[in-house]
Order: sequence, then C-alpha cells, then structure tokens
Amino acid sequence: MWEKLRDDFYQNFIVDDRWKYITGGLQNTLKITFFAVLIGIVLGFLVAIIRSTYENTHKLKLLNAVCSVYLTVIRGTPVVVQLMIMYFVIFASTDPGQVPTAILAFGINSGAYVAEIFRSGISSIEKGQFEAGRSLGFNYAQTMWFIVMPQAFKNVVPTLANEFIVLLKETSVAGYIGLQDLTKGGDIIKSRTYSAFMPLIAVAVIYLVMVMVFSYLVKLLERRLHRSEH
Amino acid sequence: MKKNVIAIAGVVCMAALLTACAGSGTKTETTAAGQQEAAGKLVMVTNAEFPPYEYYDNNKVVGIDVDIASAIADKMGVELDVQDMAFDSLIPAVQSGKADFTAAGMTVNEDRMKNVDFTDTYAEAAQVIIVKEGSEIKTPDDLSGKKIGVQTGTTGDIYADDIEEANVQRFNKGMEAVMALSQGKIDAVIIDREPAKVFVKENAGLAILDEAFTEEEYAIAIKKGNTELLDKMNSAIKELKESGELKKIVDKYITAE
Repeated sequence: MWEKLRDDFYQNFIVDDRWKYITGGLQNTLKITFFAVLIGIVLGFLVAIIRSTYENTHKLKLLNAVCSVYLTVIRGTPVVVQLMIMYFVIFASTDPGQVPTAILAFGINSGAYVAEIFRSGISSIEKGQFEAGRSLGFNYAQTMWFIVMPQAFKNVVPTLANEFIVLLKETSVAGYIGLQDLTKGGDIIKSRTYSAFMPLIAVAVIYLVMVMVFSYLVKLLERRLHRSEH
Repeated sequence: MKKNVIAIAGVVCMAALLTACAGSGTKTETTAAGQQEAAGKLVMVTNAEFPPYEYYDNNKVVGIDVDIASAIADKMGVELDVQDMAFDSLIPAVQSGKADFTAAGMTVNEDRMKNVDFTDTYAEAAQVIIVKEGSEIKTPDDLSGKKIGVQTGTTGDIYADDIEEANVQRFNKGMEAVMALSQGKIDAVIIDREPAKVFVKENAGLAILDEAFTEEEYAIAIKKGNTELLDKMNSAIKELKESGELKKIVDKYITAE
C-alpha cells in the first residue's frame, strides 16, 4: 500500500514538475484573498459607517439607499455568478487581467458581509458610551473613532475572522474565469494523472493549514485586544 | 398540543428520510456488484459542452456520442442513462465505477490508456486553432508566447503545455474560452475541430486556422479490466460501422461540406 501511495505521489507531484501547478495556484489564491480582504475591509467599513450614521442621525439618506442596494444585490447572488459577470460582462471589452478581476469581484463581495459585521459591532456598543463621548465635548466623528469603534472592533474580531476564512475558501471558484488558483491547480493535475485522491487531498490540506495558521494569528490578536479588560 | 404536532411532523419526516435512504441503499448495492447490465442500465458520463458531439437541446443531452451510445445500448438490450459532468472528472468517474463508460469526444492517448480501456475508435478528429479574424497567428508555430485558451483536461490543454512560453488559460468550458477570445482577453483557443466549427459559426469575427494542430481519434472509455463490457461494445460499434448506421448518425449532426 505504501508503495502505491509513493507511486501516486510521484505521479501527481514530481513527474513533469506537477507540484508547480499547486504552488503557482497557491500564489494566486493568496494574492486574491489578501487584496480582496483589503478591499472588503475598506468597503465594509465605509458602508457600515454610512448605515449606522443614518440609523443614529437620519443623515446621509441617499448614500444609505445606495448601500442598501449594494448589500441586497451582493448578498442576494452567488459569488461565482458575480465573478463571471465581472469577467464576461463588466470587463467584456477591456481586460484588466484575471487576478485583478477576481480581486475586485471577491473584494466587492466580501465588503457586503464585512459591512454588516461592522454595523452589528457598532450597534452592540451601548448608547451610553456614545452619549458619554458627546458630553465630553467630542463631535460625532470623534466619538465614533475614539470611543465606539475601538470597542466595536474588539467585539467583531471573531466574526470578521470567520468572514475572511470563508473568503479564502470561496476563492476556490476563481477557476471559472480560466484563472489558475489552488483548487484549479489540483484540478489540472487531476486532469493529467486521472487520479482524484492525491491532488484533492493535497489541496484540502493546504487550505486547512492556511486556515489553521490564520485562526492562530486571530487568537493572538484577540488575546492582545482583551488585555485592556483586566 | 402544538408541541405534539411538531413532534409528530418530525417523526414523519425522519421516517420518510429513513425509507428514502434504505431505498437508495438497495439500489446502489445492485449496481455496486457490477451487475449494471442485469439491472438493465448503462450509466454514461459526458461533458455536454461539446457540440455537435454532446450538448443540451430542450433540456436533454443530445449529440453524436449520445446517439452512438444509445445505439450501442439498444444492441446490448439495456437502457442508457446519460449524466453530464466536468470533462476532467470523466475518467475518474469511470475509474471509480460511478459510471460504466464515457463517450465525450475523448481522444485516445497513451496517458489515458494507462487509466482506462478504450473501445475501437469511432470518429476522426483534430485539434484546431481558433483566432480572431485578421490575427497575426497564421500557423501553430506562431502560438509561442501567446495567451492560449483551452478547456481543462482536453488534449488541446495537454498539448498547450508544450508550447514555448505560452500563457495557457484553462476554462471549465470550451465556450468560455471562445468568449474570452472574442472579447480579446486571449489570442487563440485550441479545441477539437467540430466544436470549433460550431463556436465559430455562432460568434462573428472568429476564424479557424487551416492547419490543424494535431490529428487524433475518438473512442469510448471503459473501466480498466472490464473486458466483458469492452467486447460487447466493440462488437456493437463494429455492427454500427458495417450497417452504415454510424455514418448516418454523424451525418445527422455534421453536414458534409
């Protein structure tokens, strides 16, 4: 049995330098996830601020309406459909490259979820905190930035981490636009060797390790954030 | 009272689920025993993105391969069940016994022969190059250093690996590669000749290069070692060839030029 496994491993990863499909794919997966997370945080932060400002003060009515539409559309459609629309419809006549297309699609998608996470964080902070800030002489923005946000962020770290784990795994559909990500790398090997076991398990293990490392880092961050409570 | 209703509903659902599972359990047992023919059914897998060999028409998978397979099934006196899946999953599906055979415009090549048994070939084929009209690519040699679109796992994909400095982009469907080509995202698509003709007809501004990339032949793939099925299929294919039925099927889909 070991002999067969070794032979399988050799066929799937060593022959023709097939491991390069995996490493090349991994690079793209990491690139897409990293930049999509950045776009997601920025977009999500802006949308959350607009939405909760509207909730609190009833200002920014128009922007709030735009944000609602964005959330409805993005959360109401599958990410793989959004990705293909981005590639085949929105960028039909221009070509920014597949990786940037994917980054944009996944970033815009993630932004919608991050926005709701931030907003729930903001509303989890008692009104009294906000009022205390205002009575100390801070204006609305200052109160938000110095008093509400730091506490809200601490509350949302676990959910936010969860969203990024989901995003990392969701990038596995990037192959739909001919892009070679980690999953597609495994698929290409599978299409060359006709064995499903090795490439799929290898891909699964790599995702698992990435998520475990990320979860560990989040745990460290959470510990650091909770130091102020003691 | 309300609780009771919910509890009863729950029990009913569970019971329904259990019987459903039990039902499918017995079914898989018979097929797992390799008695597909006794059960009167042959499971064929294909990738229905490959006109005119297999494609969807009125919610049904049709095409040359499907017609040939059902003619073979008729001769064997069994029912044919056609399932559609990704091209690169076809051989693993046959190997793992999830399907009895695959007829998917599949080219016979050495790597594949290590993993499945092929029947006698039933069609001549070729990999051709689709470009935009007026493209600077005139022959297969011009492909080096270009962005080439292919369908994952097809022979076009495998040959594209050998092109120098080519940037190969692998799509799930041949049609998607062709769309990327007509949108100017890639420079050329390598794909089988007959689907290429259909794609070019449906998309204005594309052309097929006169010089084919490679010549090849299609056959049906069966799980390795299943000589009984292989022999039966081979004799059915032979009969179809001799009676002219095979040619009739092909002519139905490909009008001679």
